[in-house]
Amino acid sequence: MLPHYWPTPVTGDPLIYGADVSIALVSIAILFVLFYYKKWGWLWREWLTTVDHKKIGILYVIAALLMLFRGGVDGLLMRTQLAQPNMHFLESEHYNQVFSTHGTIMILFVAMPFMFALFNIVIPLQIGARDVAFPYLNAISFWMFFFGALLLNISFVIGGSPDAGWVSYAPLTEKQFDPGPGENFYLMALQLSGIGSMATGINFLVTILRMRAPGMTLMRMPLLTWAVLAASIIIIYAFPALTIALALLLIDRVAGAHFFTMGHGGNPMMYTNLFWIWGHPEVYIVLLPVFGVFSEVFPAFSGKRVFGYSSMVASLMAISIVSFLLWAHHFFTMGAGPGVNTYFGIASMAIGIPTGVKVFNWMFTMYRGRIRMTMPMRWAVGFIPNFVIGGATGVMLAAAPGDYQYHNSFFLIAHFHQVLIGGTIYGSLAGMYFWWPKMFGFTLDEKRGRIAFWLWNVGFYVTFFPQYLLGLMGMTRRIYTYPPGMGWTNLNLLSTIGAFLMGLGFIYIVWDILYSTMHRSELKDVTGDPWNARSLEWSLPSPPPHYNFAVVPTVTRRDEWWELKKSGRADVLRPTAQDIEAIHMPNNSGKPIIFSVFFFIVGLGFVFEWYAVIVIGLAGVLATMLLRSVEEDTGHHIPAEEVRHEEMALGRM
Amino acid sequence: MNGDHFLVLNPAGPVARIELHLIVVSIILVLIVVIPVAILLAYITRRYRDHPDNKAPYMPEWSESKVLEIIWWGIPVTIIAILGVYTAYDTFALVKPPEKNATPVTIQVTSLNWKWLFQYPEQGIATVNECDIPVNRPVQFVITANSPMNGFWVPQLGGQEYAMPGMAMRLWLQADHPGIFYGHGGNFTGRGYAKMDFHVVSRPSAQFAQWVQTVKKTAPALTSKGYNQLVSSQNNTPTLFYSSYPAGSFERTIRHQGGMYMQRDLTIIGASK
Amino acid sequence: MAVSNKDLSGVLARGQSAGHSHDENELRVAGFWIFLSTDMILFACLFATYLVLRGNTDAGPTPQQIFDVRGFTEETFILLTSSFTCGLATHAMHEGRRGGLITWLSITALLGLSFVGLEVSEFVHDVGVGATMQRSAFLSAFFTLVGTHGLHVSIGILWMISIMYQILKRGINATTARKLTIVGLYWHFLDVVWVFLFTVVYLMGVM
Repeated sequence: MLPHYWPTPVTGDPLIYGADVSIALVSIAILFVLFYYKKWGWLWREWLTTVDHKKIGILYVIAALLMLFRGGVDGLLMRTQLAQPNMHFLESEHYNQVFSTHGTIMILFVAMPFMFALFNIVIPLQIGARDVAFPYLNAISFWMFFFGALLLNISFVIGGSPDAGWVSYAPLTEKQFDPGPGENFYLMALQLSGIGSMATGINFLVTILRMRAPGMTLMRMPLLTWAVLAASIIIIYAFPALTIALALLLIDRVAGAHFFTMGHGGNPMMYTNLFWIWGHPEVYIVLLPVFGVFSEVFPAFSGKRVFGYSSMVASLMAISIVSFLLWAHHFFTMGAGPGVNTYFGIASMAIGIPTGVKVFNWMFTMYRGRIRMTMPMRWAVGFIPNFVIGGATGVMLAAAPGDYQYHNSFFLIAHFHQVLIGGTIYGSLAGMYFWWPKMFGFTLDEKRGRIAFWLWNVGFYVTFFPQYLLGLMGMTRRIYTYPPGMGWTNLNLLSTIGAFLMGLGFIYIVWDILYSTMHRSELKDVTGDPWNARSLEWSLPSPPPHYNFAVVPTVTRRDEWWELKKSGRADVLRPTAQDIEAIHMPNNSGKPIIFSVFFFIVGLGFVFEWYAVIVIGLAGVLATMLLRSVEEDTGHHIPAEEVRHEEMALGRM
Repeated sequence: MNGDHFLVLNPAGPVARIELHLIVVSIILVLIVVIPVAILLAYITRRYRDHPDNKAPYMPEWSESKVLEIIWWGIPVTIIAILGVYTAYDTFALVKPPEKNATPVTIQVTSLNWKWLFQYPEQGIATVNECDIPVNRPVQFVITANSPMNGFWVPQLGGQEYAMPGMAMRLWLQADHPGIFYGHGGNFTGRGYAKMDFHVVSRPSAQFAQWVQTVKKTAPALTSKGYNQLVSSQNNTPTLFYSSYPAGSFERTIRHQGGMYMQRDLTIIGASK
Repeated sequence: MAVSNKDLSGVLARGQSAGHSHDENELRVAGFWIFLSTDMILFACLFATYLVLRGNTDAGPTPQQIFDVRGFTEETFILLTSSFTCGLATHAMHEGRRGGLITWLSITALLGLSFVGLEVSEFVHDVGVGATMQRSAFLSAFFTLVGTHGLHVSIGILWMISIMYQILKRGINATTARKLTIVGLYWHFLDVVWVFLFTVVYLMGVM
C-alpha cells in the first residue's frame, strides 16, 4: 500500500531549512544535557510520570510560555510582511501558513494551557484538597495536549502547515482545494488536545463539586473556583461539537465523504455552525478563569473583600449559559435572515451585561481599599481599560448591520485581540506572577517585571489601535500584501512597531523569570503568604508539600485564611502531631504518556494517510487502556510519621 | 492618513449610510460606559494607594451595596435595550430594496479562484473584477461562489454578504453619486485571495446604458469553454468584459453545488431570472 | 465464594473509607455520568448533521431504497434485549452471585456482538449496491452516525470482556462492582441512543 504523502523536510525553502536546523540543534542540546547529567531517570520519575496536580500545572505553564513564543514569532512574521505595501518578505503560501498556525497555537496551545495551568496549580489548594478527582486522567489530559501541540508544531518542517486559517472553513479545507497534509495536521492536533481538554473539564467539575474541604459550601468558594466550575461546564458541553466538526472534515478528506464538500450534497455551512457552537463558548473557556484570577488579585492587593460576591457568582453562571446561545454572531453575513441575525445580535450584546457588572465590581473592590501596585495588580489594573474597550467594540460588532461592515476586516482583528490579549493573556500573566511563589517558592522580580509590563502594555495599544482604523479603511484580514495608495501604509507600519514592542515585552518577561531564578535566594518566599492574601492556598508553605494539606482544613466562612489572620488565629490551620494520619495518595504512572504517544502515532498516521500506522497506533491505545483497566492501582499511603517529619522540616509544627 | 481613506465612514449610498448611522449610535452608547470607567479607574487607583499618609477612607469589610449594584446592572441593560431596538430595525430594513420607487437592477456575482465574475441577466453581458451600476437605482446582487466561501464587500456602498457555493445570497446596495468604489473579498479563499479586489463603477442611467451598449459591441463573448476556464484557472485576472455569457450558467452553478436542496435559494434564482 | 448483599455493602463501605479522603468509586461514577452527557452532545451533533444532510442524496440511493425494515428491527430487538440482560448481570452482582453475573454479562456481550455483526452485514450489503459513504452527503452522514454508534458498541464489548476477566480473577469487590456499574451505564446509554437512531434514521427514513 503506497502512502499518500511522504513528509518532505527538504524542499529547498530557506525558511524551512532554518526551522529544520534550529529544531535539530535544540533537540541535540536537550538530549546532550539529559545524557551528560544523567537526568533521564529524574525526568521520568519526577515529571513524565507524575500525577501531582502541582507538577502538571507547572508543565502547562512551561508549554504555554514556549507556545506563546512560537505564536508570537508567527505574529511578528506577519507584522513584518505587512509593515509596507508589496513586501516580499513572505510569499502568499507562507503567510497563509503563518496566520493559520498563529491563531491555532494562540487559542489552543497558549490560552488553553494557561487556563489548565491555573486549574491545576490553584484549584485543589484553594478548595483544601490533596489532588484532583482523577489524577491519572489529569496526566492523560496534559500529555494529550502536549502531543497535540507537538503534532501541529512539527507540521511546518515535515509536510507543510495548515494554511486555511485557525477556523479551517470548508470547502477551502477539502481535498479539492487543499490537497497537502497540512490540514490533516490541524485536524489531528486539535482532536488530540481536544480529548485532553474534555477530560480536564470533567476532572475539575467533579473535583470542585465533590472534593471541597469540609465546611466549604458553594457560596464560600473563592471566585476563581467558581470561575473554573463555570469554565468546566462550558468545556464539557462545547468540546463535543468541535470533536464532530473536526472528525467529519477528516472523514471528508481521508475517506472521500461529502459532509462539507462542494457538490454531492455536501453542506459547508454545517461545518461553520459546528465549529462556532464550540468556538464561541471557547472564548469564555479562556476568559472565565481569568475573571476568577482578577477576582482573587483585586481583593488581595486592595486589602478588602471582593465587592458583590453574589453578583459575581451570578454573572459567571449567566455567562456560562448564555455563551452557548451566541455562536451565529460569527457569521451574520451568512444570510440567515433578519430574524436570526437580530436574535443573535441582541443575545451577543446581552452577554456584555454580566461582563460589565464584573468590571464595576472589580473597581469597587479597590474603592475604599488600600491598593498595593505589585506585578499581579499591575496586569490586573492594565486589564480593565483594555477589556472595557474590547467589550465595547464587541457590543458594536454585535449590532448586526454594523458587523456587515466590520466583518473579517482589521476592526474585527483588533477587537478579538483586545479581549483575548487584554483579557486572557493579561489575566494569565497576572495569575502567573501571583501564584509563581506558590509554585516555586520565590517571587518574580518587580523591577524587570515592571519594564516588561510597560513595554507590553504600550506595545499593545500601538499594535491594535491602528488596526481598528485599518478596518474602517476597508482592509480585510488574511491578506499577505496590499497595494500602496489605500492610506493603509503608515498605520500598518505603526502596528508593526507596536508588535515588536510587545515582542520585547515578552523577552523581558522571560528575562524576569531567568533573573529571578538566578536570584531566588533573595526573592525567597519564607512565609508561604508573600502577598498577604485571602484564600486557603496561602496558608500552606511555598511550594506546598506533595500531599498539600497535612490535615484537611475546616472552613467556616469566605476568605477563611484572611479572617483567621485578622483575628490572630492563623495557627489554627497548622497541623498538630496528633491530628496527622497516614495520607492516601495516587501512584505515578508511565501509562498516560505512553497512551498519548500512541495517539500521536495515530495522528501521524492520519496526517500522511498511512493506514498501517493508524492501526498500530490504535492497537497501542487500546492495549494501554486494557492494561490500565486490569491493573490494580489503589495508590499508596504516606505514613503519619513521614508526614510529621515533613511538616516539622517545613517548620510548621 | 487622509479622511477619504476611511471607506466605511464615507458612505456613497443609503445602505452604507444606515450602517454608518448604527455604528455611530453604537459608539455613543458604549462611550456612556467606557468614559466613566476610565475616569473612575484613574481616580480609584490614585486615591486608594497603600501609603502611610493616605487619608482616604479604608473600609476592608464593605462589599455590598444594593443601590450601586442596581445601577450597574441597570445601565448596561438600558444601553443594550436601546441598541437592540436600533439593531432590529436596521437589520430588517436592510433586507429590503433601499428605494421603493426606482426599478431595481439585478447583478449576479460569482466568486471564483481568484476573481469576481459579474453577470447582468437583464443586459446579457458579463464582467470580471469590475462591476458597473447605474446611480440612484437599487441594485440586487445575487451572490454565489464556484470556489470556496468568500465575502462580497464594497465598504462605501454597504456591508458584506458571504458568497457561498450552492447558495444564492441576496444583497441590496445602491449608489448615490457617480464614482469608483473599492471592493474586496471578505473571506479567505486561498493563495490568490489577497489580490481579489475589484471596483464598482457607478454612472448616471444614460451613461450606464451607453456602457452596456459599448460592451455588447466591442467585447468578446464568454463561451462555455471560456466560463470553465475562468472557473478552473486558479489565478488572479485583470478586468475583463464580455458581450454575452452562457445562458443559465449562474443558476446551473448554484443548483449543481447544492442549491437544488435549498428551497430559499431556488426561489431567489427563480426571482432573479 | 458468593458474597451476600449485606457483605457487599460492607465491602463498598470499606472502599469508601479506604479511598482518598473521598470515596473514589463514587467519584468515578459521578465522572462517568458527566462523560456520558458529553457523549450525548457528541451524538446530538451527529444527529443534527444527519438531519441537515438527510435529503441530500445527489440523485443516488435514498433512505427508502437502502433501509431494510427486517434488518433494523432485528438489530433493535437484539440491542434492547442486551440492555435487559446487562441489567440482570448488575442484579446478580448486587446479590453477590458471580456465576450469574458472568453468565448474563457473557450473554450481553454475545448479543452485542451479533448486533455489530448484523450492522456490518447491513453496511456490506449497502456498499454492494453502490450505497457507499462517498456516494452522497446523505450516505456520509448515515454511515458516520450509525457507524459511530456501532463503534461505541464494539468498544463496550471489549470493555465487558476485560471486566469479566477481572471479576473471574478477583471476584466481586468494591472496584469490580464499580466497573460493572459503569459499563452497565454505558451500555444502557447506547441503548437509548439506538432508540433515537431507530426512530430518526430508520423509521423516519422508510416512512
